[in-house]
Amino acid sequence: MKRIRRAFISAAAIALCVLGGPALAGENFIIVQSTTSTQNSGLLDDLLPRFTAMTGIEVRVVAVGTGQAIKNARNGDGDILLVHARAAEEKFVADGFGVQRFDLMYNDFVVVGPAADPAQVGGTADAVAALRRIAAANAIFASRGDDSGTHKKELSLWQAAGVDVSAASGTWYRETGSGMGATLNTGIGMGAYVMTDRATWIAFGNKGDFRILVEGDEALFNQYGVIMVNPARLRSPKIAWSRAFMDWILGSEGQAAIAAYKVDGQQLFFPNARRGS
Amino acid sequence: MRDAAMPLDAPPAARGDRRVLPITAHGLMLERAGRRIIDNVSLTVDGHGISVIMGPNGAGKSVLLRLLTGLLSPDAGMVRWAGRRADRARAPSVGLVFQKPVLLRRSALANVRYALRAGSRAERTRRAGEALARAGLAHLAKSPARILSGGEQQRLALARALAPEPEVLLLDEPCANLDPAAAAAIETLIRDARARGTKIVLVTHDVAQAKRLGDDITFIHDGRIVERAPAGGFFDNPASNAGRAYLEGRLLID
Amino acid sequence: MQNFGAAFGDAFRLLGGFDPALMEIILLSLRVSVTAVFISALIGLPLGAILGVSRFRGRAAVLVLLNTLMGLPPVVVGLLVYLMLSNAGPLGPLALLYTPGAMIIAQSILVIPIVAALARQTIEDMHAEYDEQLRILGVGRWGMVATLLWDARYSLLTAMLAGFGRAVAEVGAVLIVGGNINHVTRVMTTAIALETSKGNLALALGLGLVLLLLAIVINAAVMGLRATAARSAHA
Repeated sequence: MKRIRRAFISAAAIALCVLGGPALAGENFIIVQSTTSTQNSGLLDDLLPRFTAMTGIEVRVVAVGTGQAIKNARNGDGDILLVHARAAEEKFVADGFGVQRFDLMYNDFVVVGPAADPAQVGGTADAVAALRRIAAANAIFASRGDDSGTHKKELSLWQAAGVDVSAASGTWYRETGSGMGATLNTGIGMGAYVMTDRATWIAFGNKGDFRILVEGDEALFNQYGVIMVNPARLRSPKIAWSRAFMDWILGSEGQAAIAAYKVDGQQLFFPNARRGS
Repeated sequence: MRDAAMPLDAPPAARGDRRVLPITAHGLMLERAGRRIIDNVSLTVDGHGISVIMGPNGAGKSVLLRLLTGLLSPDAGMVRWAGRRADRARAPSVGLVFQKPVLLRRSALANVRYALRAGSRAERTRRAGEALARAGLAHLAKSPARILSGGEQQRLALARALAPEPEVLLLDEPCANLDPAAAAAIETLIRDARARGTKIVLVTHDVAQAKRLGDDITFIHDGRIVERAPAGGFFDNPASNAGRAYLEGRLLID
Repeated sequence: MQNFGAAFGDAFRLLGGFDPALMEIILLSLRVSVTAVFISALIGLPLGAILGVSRFRGRAAVLVLLNTLMGLPPVVVGLLVYLMLSNAGPLGPLALLYTPGAMIIAQSILVIPIVAALARQTIEDMHAEYDEQLRILGVGRWGMVATLLWDARYSLLTAMLAGFGRAVAEVGAVLIVGGNINHVTRVMTTAIALETSKGNLALALGLGLVLLLLAIVINAAVMGLRATAARSAHA
């Protein structure tokens, strides 16, 4: 039985080495809880290596819906929160989880739909009117339904339109309960209207015959905010690194990098940080 | 563990005191599914030579062997090894070979070495090699045990049972599935073991084999011992009707 | 669907070019899942063997539970591990969340019941054959467990393969506890999910083909080993 014991011991040793591996390398990092739109559009992949090259601090991004990102940050599982749902962000700060909220950048939401446009909303500049028309036509609309920033925005527009979507859920109003990209895939599959942020749409690779039908309404403005998690909740080295990240992304270099990021020649995000705002 | 008659956590016997003979059984009783398989059997295994247990199929011979080794526990009665309950520490002193050998999924050598629990690995390897050589299997030491022929497998099982130098060796119809040449090889090994002083209990229903090997005969029928006699006496003049009927090849009907 | 043709094209281009980003993801997938299977074997095989040789009151209930756990939803496991490893959870100070270690833990929890349940069946069958022989040789319960594990080693590879298949293919648990962080916790399945959500369906499918290929290679290697063992009647 000695042979078995030896086999078990060496197996355990190997397993420990492999398991222990990640703890030994790459200790200088912070975690950013962010949204799928910033990751799926490719912005963060472009932005963050610049910061790392300059400071040696690695930035690890967990991209989930705004609602989940905020919950994760509340659990202390992140150093920076980068999302787009102003009211929820301000509540996060007011509850003592974050230091202060800063405007970071904006883009806008658009409503995309099939070329056939069954509800005839194409060319409308009034988002609320367009939604009312979709509801009146019982045209299929795919919603994120996941408590994300985009979802919150969409619900506020339905409210303004006086449409009770919860009553229509499962009929023409379909909640996918998933991220922006997954919802676009689903919506395109069933020929549904979808509200998406412009950045995700431009970078999206599976557009089919879908195109932008509604855009340019002020009500579709999409503001991103960035918050550093309360230092009292962070491990000590992370505090300085997080501060460095905040300074960089809100400063001239970070803002310029955001403005410079383009997909297919189109700028996706517009920096608008005003420190101390 | 079902039927765990051998207490696995029994305190080990004092060092050096590995004696199991005499093995005594008193008033053994075993029932399965309402049938009495062993019915008030008492016997003693001791001394030298080959004791043969004979009887027709279903007489309870194999079950009796399992009771003597402690693999089964009786519903009533008791088995003692040298006056004490069977225990795991003395198991190496009791060898048992089944009708169909159970070989480990290892080489022939490793199978024998496995039975040797004491000593360094090198020491056990050496002793296992010697046991294989005695069984005429030295050239197959490295072969996987389970691809050997039926006769070789049974010789290997015998070599494995003999390697720890047991005081008593119990054999449960060891030649039942073998051709005559293979059976003869097994019988040779049994005689060798007897010559080295190992007490042997051989269960068989083969009258010719019993005649060739047996020093004394215990005849069992229907779970009961019906006759015990020196080999010569039994074969020349069986005292019981059942024994006589069996030797004459007649069907036994109660 | 022109996606299929494009998917094969993408798969071969990625593999043929030894795309470093892809290699990193493949290696991490292997490292995480192989380690998880190793840990699961260390725990699950002895557990299955002990269940295979033991008879005790409530054993049937334990087996029902074990077989049920084979179907644990990965998302649920991911959530449980997240709650344990979160900074707000009891194991937060270990700082394992969003590391490969967290993914290994989650996958181990998914794989242990599979390895244990399949090992239990294999060992129980072999125990029926070996029990009397080992007892007559004076082997105790732990020695019996060790002997059965060793002699069943080639059959048990199948149990480990089943566990590996589950580990390397699941996405729900590693996404939650790993976070799909580029260069840190991005594995094949989370990369596929990400490319799907970006609408890069051909690339996602291409990655899926690479994953399939990887699974085929590993399965073939293990089955080859088993076949070798079967020739010596060891399996």
